[in-house]
Amino acid sequence: MGSQGGFYQSKEFLDLVKSIGEARSKAEEDRIVLGEIETLKRRISEPDIPKRKMKEYIIRLVYVEMLGHDASFGYIHAVKMTHDNSLLVKRTGYLAVTLFLNEDHDLIILIVNTIQKDLTSDNYLVVCAALNAVCKLINEETIPAVLPLVVELLAHPKEAVRKKAIMALHRFYQKSPSSVSHLLSNFRKRLCDNDPGVMGATLCPLFELITIDVNSYKDLVMSFVSILKQVAERRLPKAYDYHQMPAPFIQIKLLKILALLGSGDKQASENMYAVVGDIFKKCDSSSNIGNAVLYECICCVSTIYSNPKLLEFAADAISRFLKSDSHNLKYMGIDALGRLIKISPEIAEQHQLAVIDCLEDPDDTLKRKTLELLYKMTKSTNVEVIVDRMIDYMININDNHYKTEIASRCVELAEQFAPSNQWFIQTMNKVFMHAGDLVNTKVAHNLMRLIAEGFGEDDDTDSQLRSSAVESYLHILGESKLPSVFLQVICWVLGEYGTADGKYSASYITGKLCDVAEAYSSDETVKAYAVTALTKIYAFEIAAGRKVDMLPECQSLMEEFLASHSTDLQQRAYELQAVIGLDAHAVESIMPSDANCEDIEVDKNLSFLTGYIQDSIENGAQPYIPENERSGMLKISNFRNQDHHETSAHSLRFEAYELPKQTVQSRIPLTSLASTEIVPVPEPIYVREIYQTTTVPSASSDAGSTELKLRLDGVQKKWGRQTHSPATSTSSSTSQKTDNGITQVDGSNTSNSRTLETYDSRKQQVEITPEKQKLAASLFGGSSKSEKKPATGHKISKPSSHIVERSHVRKSSLEIASEKKASIQPPPDLLDFGEPTVNSAAPSVDPFKELEGLLEPTTQVDSAENHGSTAAATKSPDIMGLYTETPAGIYNKDDSDILSGLSNPPVRNMLGGTRSMQVAQSSKGRNLKNSLEKDALVRQMGVTPSSPNPNLFKDLLG
Amino acid sequence: MGIRFILMVNKQGQTRLAQYYEWLTLEERRALEGEIVRKCLARNEQQCSFVEHRNYKIVYRRYASLFFLVGVDNDENELAILEFIHLLVETMDRHFGNVCELDIMFHLEKAHFMLDEMVMNGSVVETSKANILSPIQLMEKAS
Repeated sequence: MGSQGGFYQSKEFLDLVKSIGEARSKAEEDRIVLGEIETLKRRISEPDIPKRKMKEYIIRLVYVEMLGHDASFGYIHAVKMTHDNSLLVKRTGYLAVTLFLNEDHDLIILIVNTIQKDLTSDNYLVVCAALNAVCKLINEETIPAVLPLVVELLAHPKEAVRKKAIMALHRFYQKSPSSVSHLLSNFRKRLCDNDPGVMGATLCPLFELITIDVNSYKDLVMSFVSILKQVAERRLPKAYDYHQMPAPFIQIKLLKILALLGSGDKQASENMYAVVGDIFKKCDSSSNIGNAVLYECICCVSTIYSNPKLLEFAADAISRFLKSDSHNLKYMGIDALGRLIKISPEIAEQHQLAVIDCLEDPDDTLKRKTLELLYKMTKSTNVEVIVDRMIDYMININDNHYKTEIASRCVELAEQFAPSNQWFIQTMNKVFMHAGDLVNTKVAHNLMRLIAEGFGEDDDTDSQLRSSAVESYLHILGESKLPSVFLQVICWVLGEYGTADGKYSASYITGKLCDVAEAYSSDETVKAYAVTALTKIYAFEIAAGRKVDMLPECQSLMEEFLASHSTDLQQRAYELQAVIGLDAHAVESIMPSDANCEDIEVDKNLSFLTGYIQDSIENGAQPYIPENERSGMLKISNFRNQDHHETSAHSLRFEAYELPKQTVQSRIPLTSLASTEIVPVPEPIYVREIYQTTTVPSASSDAGSTELKLRLDGVQKKWGRQTHSPATSTSSSTSQKTDNGITQVDGSNTSNSRTLETYDSRKQQVEITPEKQKLAASLFGGSSKSEKKPATGHKISKPSSHIVERSHVRKSSLEIASEKKASIQPPPDLLDFGEPTVNSAAPSVDPFKELEGLLEPTTQVDSAENHGSTAAATKSPDIMGLYTETPAGIYNKDDSDILSGLSNPPVRNMLGGTRSMQVAQSSKGRNLKNSLEKDALVRQMGVTPSSPNPNLFKDLLG
Repeated sequence: MGIRFILMVNKQGQTRLAQYYEWLTLEERRALEGEIVRKCLARNEQQCSFVEHRNYKIVYRRYASLFFLVGVDNDENELAILEFIHLLVETMDRHFGNVCELDIMFHLEKAHFMLDEMVMNGSVVETSKANILSPIQLMEKAS
């Protein structure tokens, strides 16, 4: 078994490994390891253990820890082993130490000395072993102990040492950037190292440095480009080849760096176009590693200043990924698509069906990635479908981490693109109900604010929003357990607006609130919200001049709260009691109806104190000296309270004792008081006296500053983020009603004519299930629509104008780029061995393109039954009309079935309008079998990437 | 930092090698290994070789009875990591000749030495098999 020599192994060790290997269960394994721990504890501290035996014990300790048991009893022996003279034993010692200890472990201090000694060893392998340990064990405090030695090693004759030294420096930079800030030039120097290994390693720290500070490294663009060029031209030693690709890992690292440097920098990017294009052509798309490099090229192209030719290459590569049978490639394709749509949004459309397949794939990883893509391509026209999908997915997973993430994405999208108030409320309800307390409380507060402020269009829609919220909440309260955060929102909204539209009586709403408080009696926050809501309802009643009859259950609840252990609840209950006893006028001024959006006036100048201050000054008090006019010797915070300034006066001070002049100046007005002290010690007196004389003003300055913050919060702000589309997030349902249809046409119209052609030709021979088509239509703007109304696209509708504008901008920038490109077309490269460029230069010849139509239908064969619901998306403009007329809160629980849920609103209104579409659909259905056969043929022809060397692991496989 | 950890686990879920590039306590390691091994072992051959787990991704590859799992940051090139795993296996294969689970078990330290040559500070630093193996061969000769 393996070579012997220095790696000598005793029978005992072999038996241990064997028994671990044969363990049938975790319990059995644990038993073996526990026995082993006992043996080791006994043996390892015996005197005079031979080196080899000791090394073996240490490896057994590594096993113990690897299998999840504590081996700390033996750490010290591993530390001792690092002192050994034998290289192998020493390195094993270092290995064990790096596996056992973290950088803050107490034993590290015992190793630093050994490391120092080893770093100066004549044997370069010893130096390497020590450098490995440096990378794992040295922390911020111990960096100075080894830093000079490491820096010296950067010029070591052995490339292996230089490589590890550069990585040690990298590690120091990660741990404490300031410790090596004067040494960063070394990374640049090592980039030009003769040895490709050292150069390759140097790319790692450089990547990190460039991520942090791009601008300082712009001068290296040409160096990176020329290195990448050389790598791609196979100038590196053969040893770096991997599966016929020249140094692919170095290529990938370089592409990552170029992406950083070229981002938003036209000039830098132009220098990269040639080499990146070259790599696109040279990559072997039949191997995994070739595709890995291709993927990195796509990432690079989508980050740097865009170039139409490269974008075309990238788009081609993406379609190859998406059409592959390999799930890995599909995953990469979806990810790459998500990057590219940022610059060319139209590309998504030609892959719509592939995307939908991925979305419906049973593979969870692929599905998540696709949802991420959808999240990136959401706009006002498809937000409903996408958010519904996301919520459906969210409901079905248990992973809280991802649930939280997807919930926050749903909220973000809903806030940005909500087509209507009702939809927004219902979506938020779903998110809250299913993601429960995972939702950030900020989201809840945002929701309350939205309901209070409305969309700011007009009072009618705002009150409609509130009524629909109240209605849906009353409905939801009937359901079983709701999350606390959501209940808080519900209570608040019911309190503010429960009786606002006069639809519900005060006693009905208060009854509901009491129910909540009783049903969730263990949740104090909810109860507090409920009491306050009750207070508001009663206050509004009294203010409106109606007589208040407290329900019996409410009364008993109040009695309970008045005696509550929670002082907060008590306080609220007493407040409620007090409010009820007041007359209408008083109540109205305490609790004005619908005033939660009013700014609370804050008198920042605290003018009401002026009289008081005047009096004090007349009585001999010192006037307030503003902070910026005070001496710079003490922190402002020291003035804030007595305790603080006293401790700070006694603690160590790091500022120099200077600026005596200023101190004297500020003390001048204090002389009368200071002279009462026998020994004038400058600072404490200064501090205390200032403090005493200025108590009132400084307190008021404090109050002023905090009030200032409060006020910023209170300033009316539009809720939600509006970065993408100020028009859509605030758009009213009325404007949507008229514009939606055109919006979708716009979406499809941004694609170039070629895509339309491929669609048309595909239509003739390919059957696509109606559900898919519909989903595609609602996600991407619909391929069927592009046929129906090809010419209407130039009317720019309001909600979609941003999309259109963006694409125009992009186009024009591309034009510029292409002009530029033409002028700086790289000279014919002598070293380019005329790689088969046909593939990318003439994409129309691409076999994949031709097969495109055939590949699609296979996974969608399942059924073509549901013709009825097709093309519903074409009707989507009317959804808004429906929404505005339908009473809110009728969100139908039964719609959870994905497809009907998706199409629910459209289905409802398509009863009349789509018979002609049905005919069209059923006529397309005939080719199903035909296309299936073709697909099988395609697969036979072998679009699948070849698998790695099958003979390599004969032993493993056998 | 791209790579957070490298694990080798057999199909019974038993750890055969573990190397972390950020410090985790014994309990954290145990829990993490349990979670991700369960996730990865439950997947079939057709599914992606990538799994999202908390805030990072696992790229895994199976060779006979042994799974190689690499935890990476979210912006890492998954396919490249997949091929990195293969490179590691090819390297071990060159050294041991038809490497198998037992080779790694009996020569745990050598497997670690190879990894230490290939990955430092969570980045891939060496991909030439000759460079990776030469220190190990020299050490063998010397002792």
